[in-house]
Amino acid sequence: MRITVKYFGQISEITQKEEEVLEIYETSIAQLLDRIYSKYEKLKNKEFKIAQNRELVDMNTEINGSEIALLPPFAGG
Amino acid sequence: MERYNRHIILPEIGQTGQDKISNSKVLVIGAGGLGCPILQYLAAAGVGFLGIIDFDTVDLTNLQRQVLYGNSSLGKNKALAAKSRLSDLNSDINIIAYPEPLTYQNALDLFKQYDIVVDGSDNFATRYLVNDAAVITNKPLVFGAIYKFEGQISVFNYKHGPTYRCLFPNPPEAHSVPNCSDIGVLGVLPGIVGSMQANEVLKIILGIGDVLSGKLLCYNALNAQITSLKFKKHEKGVAQILNTSNSFRKKQLDLDCDVTSNRISFKDVIFDHNIQLIDVREEDEQPKMLDYPITNIPLSRLESHLSKLEPNKKHILFCQSGVRSQMAVNRLKELQINSCFSLEEGASELNQYLKENLKIIENER
Repeated sequence: MRITVKYFGQISEITQKEEEVLEIYETSIAQLLDRIYSKYEKLKNKEFKIAQNRELVDMNTEINGSEIALLPPFAGG
Repeated sequence: MERYNRHIILPEIGQTGQDKISNSKVLVIGAGGLGCPILQYLAAAGVGFLGIIDFDTVDLTNLQRQVLYGNSSLGKNKALAAKSRLSDLNSDINIIAYPEPLTYQNALDLFKQYDIVVDGSDNFATRYLVNDAAVITNKPLVFGAIYKFEGQISVFNYKHGPTYRCLFPNPPEAHSVPNCSDIGVLGVLPGIVGSMQANEVLKIILGIGDVLSGKLLCYNALNAQITSLKFKKHEKGVAQILNTSNSFRKKQLDLDCDVTSNRISFKDVIFDHNIQLIDVREEDEQPKMLDYPITNIPLSRLESHLSKLEPNKKHILFCQSGVRSQMAVNRLKELQINSCFSLEEGASELNQYLKENLKIIENER
C-alpha cells in the first residue's frame, strides 16, 4: 500500500522534506512509526502527534487512510 | 458610529453585531509578534474592553514584526506601549494594560473579568497555564503559535470543546522546541497568524461562520498551504484540569517547563528488585525476551491491566523502539502513576544488554 507522509515544523527539518510517499506493509500507526524512526533517528527525541487523513489518531490505530501527518507543537509568538 | 460603517453595512454584522463587539471583553496574553496584530484589529473593530498583559519591554529586534511599536517605544513596557498606540487608533474603547507576567497566582482572577482569552505568548509554560486557566474559568481560548515559516491556529474550550491538552497533553521537555528569539521568524508570519486569531475572536463575538473548534489549522508561509487537522476532546484530561483548580494558585510558573525527563537508558538502570520491567508490545511480537522477569502489558490493554503494576517499584517500560513505551508512560502519568519510565532502547538491544550483563545483573538482584 502506498501512503503519503507529511512533516511539519521541526520534524520537516529533520526529514529534510515536507512530504514523501512510502510503500508500506505495516498495519498500525505504531509499526509505521518504528519504521520512520529507523529512517530518521533524530525524530526519537521529538514530541509530535499523528494524524491520519487529517484527523488525530493514537498509536494503536490501524492504518486505513492514504495520508499520515506528523505534527509537532509550536510555542513561538 | 461612522467609524464602524464598513462593519455595519455588512448584513452579517449590522448595528446589532457592532453592539456585540462594543460590549465584548477580550484579554490578549502577550503583546509581541502575535499580540500586535491581534490587538490592532480588535481595537480597530471596536472591542469595548481590551486587556493586554505583558511584562516584557520593546527592543530593536522586535520592530521587524511587532508592528504597534516604533523607535519611540524602545525600552518601554509592551503592554503600556501598546495601550498608548491603540488609544490613538481608537479612543472610544477601554484598554487595560497589565505590565506584569501572567502567573498561576493572577491568571484566574484576570480571566474571570473577560469573555474571551487570546494566547499570543511565546513559551510552552505560559501556554499550558493559559489553557488550564481558560478551562477552569470556562472561557473560550483563541490559540496561535508560530515556528519559522509555519503557524498553528485553533480555538480551545469553545462551548466545552477540546482544549490544548487534548491536542498535546503535556509540555515538551525544556528547550526541545527552540523559540523565535533563538532561531528567527519571518516577520510577516505572526501578522498572518495573529490576524487569523483576531478573525476567530470576532466570529465568536458575532456568532457567525464556523469557529475553529476541534480543528488545528496549520499554515505554511513558504508554499501557501493550509492544512486543517481534526482532533477530539479528551474528557478525562479535561476533568483532570478541573480537579486541580483548588491547587492551581499554588503552582509555580517554570519557563523552562517543569517536566522531568521520563526517558531512561538501560545503562542508567540498576537491575535490582526495586524495578519492574514491563514489555508493552503485543504478545506475538519478536524478539521474545530472555529468561528474565518481565511483565507483559500490551499498550492496547494498558488501562485494564493496571493491577499488574507492582506497587512501590520503579516501572521501566519498553517496546520495539521506544515509541509505544513513551505513549504508555504518558498515559500512566495522566492516571497519576508517576514512577514509570520509558526505555530509550528497544527490545532487541535490551535483550542483548541483559545477555551480556546477566551475571552482574543477577548479583544486583
